[in-house]
Amino acid sequence: MFRTGYLSTGLMLMGILVAASASAGEITIGQKDKSFVMNGAKIETVSIKVGDTIHFRNEDPWFHNIFSLSDIKTFDLGSYPKGQSKPAVFDKAGMVEVECAIHPSMILKVDVK
Amino acid sequence: MITRVSRSKALTTALLGVTLGLMNCITQAATATPSEDDIKTYLRPMEVPQPKSNLSTPERVELGKHLFFDPRLSGSGWISCATCHNPALGWSDGLPTAIGHGMQVLGRSTPTILNIAYQKSQFWDGRAATMEEQALGPIQAEPEMAGNMENVIRDLSDLPMYRKMFDTAYPGQGITNDTIAKAIATFERTVVSSDSPFDLWLKGQNTMSVAAVRGFDLFKGKANCAACHSGFNFTDNGFHNIGLPNNTDAGRFAIKPIKVMKGAFKTPTLRDAALTPPYMHNGQYKSLEEVVDHYNNGGTPTFDNLDPNMKKLDLSKQEKKDLVEFLKSLTGSPLMITYPQLPVK
Repeated sequence: MFRTGYLSTGLMLMGILVAASASAGEITIGQKDKSFVMNGAKIETVSIKVGDTIHFRNEDPWFHNIFSLSDIKTFDLGSYPKGQSKPAVFDKAGMVEVECAIHPSMILKVDVK
Repeated sequence: MITRVSRSKALTTALLGVTLGLMNCITQAATATPSEDDIKTYLRPMEVPQPKSNLSTPERVELGKHLFFDPRLSGSGWISCATCHNPALGWSDGLPTAIGHGMQVLGRSTPTILNIAYQKSQFWDGRAATMEEQALGPIQAEPEMAGNMENVIRDLSDLPMYRKMFDTAYPGQGITNDTIAKAIATFERTVVSSDSPFDLWLKGQNTMSVAAVRGFDLFKGKANCAACHSGFNFTDNGFHNIGLPNNTDAGRFAIKPIKVMKGAFKTPTLRDAALTPPYMHNGQYKSLEEVVDHYNNGGTPTFDNLDPNMKKLDLSKQEKKDLVEFLKSLTGSPLMITYPQLPVK
């Protein structure tokens, strides 16, 4: 009886883990002081999973224009002001270089696994 | 005859006048004092950025200066870096657009080299990431100096004094594209802005006119200049299409084909701007007044594109004058340059 209980609990946990890995994640990365920031800290790289979405939120008082011309992911979110956020879905594995067209020193490497 | 009452009234009026006058002075004095944030933001950091692979030494600066002023780096033997980046003209050339090899009129104006050590990219379109990379571009560009690096290295190597200077500056590295570029870049890193009336004002001196201080407030506020001309070097190191009428040069778009980059050019420094007319990448404005008028009008969309920071400003005549006064207050004292005696055989 105990064994059956452990087994079903284990199966349930596995199910949760499978469900977690199958569902795409949502991450928010800010643009602040002409840098990419996550959870208040400046970042230059971020690791995500295939299918994850990054919401790029402008927290600066001037416009940013997030884009990528990387081979595995090309997008241009256009220019948008403070307070606005735009998403990009990363649907292929590999390294994607994300930049701001207006401020070229802003570079974020997204490692999609 | 003045009665006691009327004397009292006169005294009150006089005192009121004095008080108002004093308040006015105090208000003006308060207006004319920079904030702590201004002092922190706008004074140039004394340490000039330099790459670890090419640290400055007096020998490298001296060699770079010689190369900068040496016309024998060009195909014609007649054009040096200093032909266009003329220290007597604010390290530019005073022309709407540069004149290159064979008197060709080029497509873009000569940007000043002042403070380029602090820039994140070089050229109007930012196509060079480093000063070393930039240095060899115009030397070899057919329309500019039309130099051939093999010939340049051969000619420099033929001069004992240059051989000695290279060996002292870059021991064992020889005369190569790499050492030529490094030396020129090292010299250019010494071309930095000096204290202007604005800087002295930030340091506590009474060097700014009331109009210039008003202009500074407009610069940061109503006129929105600081949206792009930010920090001590008055540039965000970014690229913007500011809507120059009739501009057909796609600029940064050729490097980064993103829609917002159509017609976009690098935000230039404003330090010593009063010394470098005409203005813009194509030199289409003759004066700072014309530049301010352009921004006041909000720009004309070109390539169906206009930087979102551009908008009509509705500045009064006085406000436009104040802005120009502020821009003129960014002129430092000239860097004293002595021409080098170039090596001969």
